[in-house]
Parts: sequence; structure tokens; C-alpha cells
Amino acid sequence: MRILPFLVSATVTAGLVFTLNIQLKLGATKAPRLGYFLSPQHGFWKNAEKVNTNFDASILANDLKGDVDVYMDDRLVPHIYADHDEDAYYVQGYLHAKYRFWQMDFQTRVAAGRLSEVAGADKLSIDRFFRRLGMVYGAEKTETYINENNPVMKATVDAYTAGVNAYLDQMAPEDMPFEYKLMNFEPEKWTPKKTYLFLMFMSYDLTGRSASADLQLTNTRDYLGYDLFDKLYTNQQDSLDPIIPKGTAYAEPSIIPVKPASSDIAYLKKEANVDIAKVVETPEAPDPNNGSNNWAVSGTMTKSGRPIVCSDPHLGLNLPSLWYEVQITTPTHSTYGASFPGSPAVIIGFNDSLAWGVTNAGRDVLDYYELKFKDTTQNEYWYNGAWKAVTKRVEVIKVKDSADVVENIAMSHWGPVMFDAAYQNPQSKGRTLAVKWTAHNPSTGVETFYQLNRAKNIDDYSKAIQLWKCPGQNFVVATKSGDIAIKQQGDFVARWDRQGDFIMPGEDSSYDWQGIIPFEENPMIKNPERGFVSSANQKSTDASYPYYLGTASSFPLYRGISVNKQLATMSQVTAQDMQALQANNYNVFAEQARPALMKFIEMNRLSKDAQRMVQTMSQWNLYNHPSEKGITIFKLIWDSVESAVWSDELAGSAIPLTKPEAFVLLEQMNRDTIFTVADDIRTKNKVESLKDQVLIGIEKATLKCLELEKENKLSWEAYKATRVMHLTKIPALSRLNLPIGGGVNIINATGENHGPSWRMVVHLTDEIEAYGLYPGGQSGNPGSPYYDSFVDYWAAGKYYRLLFLPKEKLKLHERTKWHIQFKKTAA
Amino acid sequence: MKFILSIILVALVTFAVGIYGNLPWWSFVITNLIIAIALPIKPIQSFVAGALGVGALWAGLAFGIDLANNHILSTKVAQILPLGGSYIALILVTAFVGALLGGLASLTGSFVRKPA
Repeated sequence: MRILPFLVSATVTAGLVFTLNIQLKLGATKAPRLGYFLSPQHGFWKNAEKVNTNFDASILANDLKGDVDVYMDDRLVPHIYADHDEDAYYVQGYLHAKYRFWQMDFQTRVAAGRLSEVAGADKLSIDRFFRRLGMVYGAEKTETYINENNPVMKATVDAYTAGVNAYLDQMAPEDMPFEYKLMNFEPEKWTPKKTYLFLMFMSYDLTGRSASADLQLTNTRDYLGYDLFDKLYTNQQDSLDPIIPKGTAYAEPSIIPVKPASSDIAYLKKEANVDIAKVVETPEAPDPNNGSNNWAVSGTMTKSGRPIVCSDPHLGLNLPSLWYEVQITTPTHSTYGASFPGSPAVIIGFNDSLAWGVTNAGRDVLDYYELKFKDTTQNEYWYNGAWKAVTKRVEVIKVKDSADVVENIAMSHWGPVMFDAAYQNPQSKGRTLAVKWTAHNPSTGVETFYQLNRAKNIDDYSKAIQLWKCPGQNFVVATKSGDIAIKQQGDFVARWDRQGDFIMPGEDSSYDWQGIIPFEENPMIKNPERGFVSSANQKSTDASYPYYLGTASSFPLYRGISVNKQLATMSQVTAQDMQALQANNYNVFAEQARPALMKFIEMNRLSKDAQRMVQTMSQWNLYNHPSEKGITIFKLIWDSVESAVWSDELAGSAIPLTKPEAFVLLEQMNRDTIFTVADDIRTKNKVESLKDQVLIGIEKATLKCLELEKENKLSWEAYKATRVMHLTKIPALSRLNLPIGGGVNIINATGENHGPSWRMVVHLTDEIEAYGLYPGGQSGNPGSPYYDSFVDYWAAGKYYRLLFLPKEKLKLHERTKWHIQFKKTAA
Repeated sequence: MKFILSIILVALVTFAVGIYGNLPWWSFVITNLIIAIALPIKPIQSFVAGALGVGALWAGLAFGIDLANNHILSTKVAQILPLGGSYIALILVTAFVGALLGGLASLTGSFVRKPA
């Protein structure tokens, strides 16, 4: 034996194995373990799916009550036929896991504040935020409640969980999803709690904006003083077209919330000194455009005489998609639609008798209360003239390659104390804040969808949605028998005017919520004379509704106007007309704002280039089509004018404040009122008119336009550059620069990374005629041709005809490709 | 003859120990070592045999998978790694990593016994 060469060679070999087996630095992130990742029998190559994969399979399962047949169609949509309801959810869980497990695991880790466990200390601030917001607290309460009170839901979620884990148990290590190999962590077994965590995350996504908005509004109010604040952040919307038509009469309220006598001083701070020291940064918030459209037209408006339901929820556009299409058929019901990987049942869809869809209600269901602790132990806080004890909730955050972080969260009677001495999020510095949120209460949300999947008529629909608590939604419905309806449902706080817009005093029980509005008093409309019902996240009612809805910034104004305006002119409607309406690019905001702006433009004072830009804008057809340049110019000019008008009011703040909503400036322009805020307060001895501000704004915008023109990026699609991003934000796994129009205020609400996440049109004819798609694909595997197979179709505004058929027909259908059999094993 | 046999054996055994995903990806390092001890050849030859055996196997497997996948995943991974999105470069890198490690393992083994 040649010792020395042996030792040298052995050391080099071992060193290389070691190096290839750890995560090396790759720029700002970490590379996968290269040897493992590249090994064709272990690493990513195993995730490269054959393009002509045969998905036929036969699976033995000992948890089933009977056999289950699944037929996969050419788009990889499973049609599940089971003899028992629980078996159907077992198989739904199995299929979610097979095609989407990484995203289920990842998203629920985020919701649980466990991201640093797999991604390292960089993500600790996100984890602490979610822990202290009470995400785990809320999920645990729901789990306990369902386990103790709701055997049917418990069985449903348990069956779903068993199905997920059945897949994991038989998954070979080399078939582990791609992202685990890339990020170097391992799948974790599913539990019912993870389903509830996922639903908590949806509550956060749709109502959690208040967690930052309330701080932001408080900071802005402190900075401006209440009177100027109330003018700039007004709740009055002149052009509102509410969900429930104006003039509808409401019953006497059963709760009359009483404004505390001290509120002008202790809460609104009308006489307070401005305290700039407390004005601090805000955390990342859910997208303010999280919203949606839905509507139903009655048979009186359609060519067939049967109603049509449309729903397109606008959410972040991600790969793998939030949605997964499925048909579930059992002896008790048959339903089809978009499901959430992570939860049993169909969320937005239809059954044999009716179709339903949801949009976000936008109501404020999260408030902060400011506390005063007795001392630094944070064991007692001042409440109603006495010291009151807290309990402590201990949450341990595991951190990759680092020590655990322990959160001792004080639990006050308001809820968890989110910001205190231990949690130094810069935006809340100087404040001790408890958070009260309806999502902390036990939720029976899964049962709403369980029952909607089985609903036969409006009464069933009503019973189903009565169980819905958070996030508040507008549930639209239409039945084969011809009824249409929409109701805003959730646990909504009976608020007095502006209650909860700002941080409330936590030492005084009179600032507490004085009740939850009873189901019967939540806004609803059924079979209205105008022949349609609709919602697009605008305020649900006019001012005659007896409860305060929340700040205007929670309620986008223009999309609703657009939907109602279009629907009001339509007749002889077909499913194709409804598809076109969902993809409609008309800009009703610009229709109002452009002439308002033009009134203030003095062409002769503009530069040559600016004149050219204004000309292009004024000739624009008001459609946000992909190739239009007018919309890009309009947007840049409008934004620039807004900044010029507001910057002086807001610029002195130590942190950036949110500018007032677009409607504020537009409605002021239209009212022709003397516009005090247009004067730049920074220039003494000079009073700027709005004309001056517009001039400044246009010249600034022109510079940006010229830059874009040079880069050939002035067209709307190039400027907007819509993308569907992988959840890790890795560009190579995403779809970038999609040729699609639309935008904010547009029915086709497609923004940069946000928009119609599931488009559905259901025509309630005897044999249901349904269309739909989402910007993704049924497989979550970036190595599958089904990963992003719907994206191009979606961008083009096209639809797939959805196959919703009984087993015997579907089995033989030309679009049915594969058969997966689940066989119950003998006990 | 032993050289050719070594290449074939390395490729076959590397493939065999790779079938079971529970075994670590670097199991072939151990098996290459054992093969090199069992079939002693000159160190240079041993290195080439180990490198060719594993390298050709990995290149072949990756190439076959990639072809059946229409380069869908390799194109994406070759942007992450970063190899300019070239699936060919990715296959070559894959083969190189396998070859280098396979060769070194066999080289190490070749120092244990003198070739007959």
C-alpha cells in the first residue's frame, strides 16, 4: 500500500464529498447541496417529468371505507368519484399532496411563523410578526373548537389529513418536490392544525391590511392633526355605486354602538399636539388590491333565460397557484371548482343546483389597543382604573443554523400584545399595542364550503354562509331554479363612526367592540329588479346603513362602477359575453380623471415633449389594452400630479406616509372647490394653483415617459410587465412579461403581480355550462409541462370549458386521459 | 481487460446503489473505492475508469431524462445555477461532478494494492 498517495487522495476525495454535500454561498442566497442536487438518481433530474407521462395508477389504501375512482382529464384536473364523503376528501388530500405538497408545507410554515426554521435567521422578523399577531393562537382555537363541537368537520379534515399523509408515506425520497432539493429541507407530515393555519393565512391576506393600515393612519393623523387628516383621508365617496343599490332601506339596527364621551380627545386626538417622535415605519402588508369581482345575472337578462354566475378573485399571482381544480362526486353531492391545496372541499365553484363566488368585503375586523404596563416585567396593565394581570403565551421559533428564539407574548383581554418592549418593530416604537382580531376566534369556515358544495337552493346557501366569520366576504349565488342573490357575510364589528381606524386607548373598556352585527342585518340583496347583483370590493351600502363600514381606503371605488355600468346596458347575455366582461379593460377612472385633469392643463406653458405626451394621452381610447401607450402616460402623469399636490403635506414626515386615495383628488377637482391643499406649504409668499401643480407633475412625468420611450417600454404591457412569480421569487421558476392588459380600477384587475387568480363563468342551464382557468397549472412541479400550462391562455383572456359530468359519461369523454384507482385494502 | 471491466462495473454498481433513494447520493464513492481495491490497476487507469464509469452514467441518465422532459426543468435550473439557461452546459456540469468524484474515489482505492 502506498500510504502517502492514498492519504492525499482520500483526503481530497472526502473534502470534495463534503464540499458537494453542503450549501455553498451563491450570491446573496445559498446554493443547493450540489452533489446531491445534480445526482441524476437523487437530485433535481428526478423532478424532470416525462412530457408524455402516463398518470394511470392503482393505489392501495387501508384508511378508505370503499374504492374510489379518479379520472384525470387532459388538463390534469381530477374528477373524484367516491361512495363515501370522507373517502372523497381523503383522495382530495392525496392529490393535493401528490401535485402540490411543497407549497402546502411552505405556506403553512410561513403562516405558523416557522420560515426561519428552513430559511435561516434572515426571516426571523417575518416569523415574529406572525407569531405575535396570533396566527398560531387563532389556529389552535379553531382546532380545539372543531374537535370538541363539530364531529362532521373533524372527520372531514381528518380524512383529508390522512390522504395527504398517505401520499407522503409512499413517496420515494428521490421524488421529493424540487423546491425541497433546492432549499435543502424535508417535507413534514400534515396535521389538521396546518389546514387551520392555512385558513388563518387567508384571513391575514384578506383582512390583515389593518395590521399596518391602522398604524399608518394613526401616524398620519398624528402628523397632520385630525382636521386636515379627515379632509385628505375622507370617507365620503361621491361617485360610490354600492353593492346594495343606493336608496335601499335598512331595518333598525339591533345594536347602537355608543361613541365614548372621551373619544374626541383620547381617541381622535382632535386637540392633541402632533407627536412626530412616534411616527415610524410600517411592516409589509397584504396587497391593498387584494379584492375581486363577482356578479350574477338573472334569467331575465340572458339569452337562455337561465342565470349566469361569474367570479374572479384577485390575489397575488403565484406559481404554484393558490388554486387547484377538482370535481368531487359522492352519493350526497357533486361539485366542481377551485380548491385550496391545504384544505378539503371546493372553495369557489358550482354543483348540480347552484354556483357561488366570493369577493373580499374589506371591512375592518382588526384593531389595536394601546396599553400601559406597570413595569418592565409586563405582567400587569392599566385597565378601568386598576392593574390587571396578563397571562403569557410562550412560542419557540427554531432558526436554521442558529439558536432558538423564544417569544413571551403577553395575552391581554383585548388579545395578544403584539408590540412591546421585546418586539422592537420600528413602526411601533414607543407604543405597547394589543391586537384584537376576529380571526382569533374559532372559525367554522371549512363548513361553509362543505355546505355550499351540497347546497340546493338559496336557503341552503344562506345556512352555509351564516357559519362564515372571517375574512368577511361577499357571497354571490345563482340557482338553476332562477334565483340570484348576494350577501356580505362575516363577523363584522358594530362600530361607531371611525372606531378602530386608529389605535384605540386600551385602558378604557368603553372603547371595546360593542357587539357583532347579527347575520340578518348584514347587507343582502335577492332577485333585484335590475336583473343582476354584483360586487367589486366597493362599500357594500350607502350612508343609510346603520353601521360604520370602515375607512374609504379599504374600498376601491371604480371597478364596481365599471361592472355595474356594463351590466346595466346588457341583454341577451351569453356565457361568452360574461367572459368578455371579466377580461374588460375599460378604464372608468380615467374616463372621469382625464377630463378633470385636462381642465387644469395649460398647453402653451408645457414643453414640446410634454405637449406630445399630453396629446397621446388625450387621444387614447380609455382601454388598458396591452399595446396602448396612452394609459402609461396617463398613469405617470396622474401619479406625478398627485405627488406634486400631496408631497408638501406629507414630505416633512420622518417616514413615508401613504398618500390619500386617488378619488380624493379627483372628486376635489370635480367639485371645483377651492383647493387649499394644492398650495405648496414649503414655498412662502407664493400660492400655487392646481394648474401649477399639474404643470409641474406633467413635466416630471414627461421625463419618465421619454426614458420609457427610448427603451421601447411605453406600451402598457411592457410598462406593467405582468408576472406570475414562484413562491420563492426565483425568476427562472416564474413567468415574466406576460402580454396582458388591465390594471387597478379595471374589471380585468391584472397588475404587475396581482390579478384574477381564478376566472369562472357558470351558466346554470340543465346541463351546466361552465368555463374557468387560473394563471398556473395543475402540477406544482416546475419540471412538469402542467406547471404553467394555463398561463398563456389566461393572459389571452381565453377560457377552458370545464368538464362536469357523472362518472359513466366522464369515463368515456374524449378529454378524459387517465384513471387512478384507489383500492381499499382488506382489513 | 481489467480497465474495461472496471468502467463497466463502476457504472453498474453506481447505478445500483443509486436506485435506493434512502442511500446517500455519494454512495458510489465507497463502491468505487471497493472496486478499485478488488480489481487493482494503475492509478491513472483507475482514475479514468472511475471517472468514465460515473461520468458516462450521469451524463447518460441526465441526457435521457432531459430529452424526455423537452428540457423544461434543465432550462430553468441552468438559469438558477447559473449556466446561462443552457441545458447542455447543465448536463456537462452534472457529468463533470460525477466524473471528478468517481475518478478520485477510484484513484484512492488504487493506492491500496499494487496491480498484479
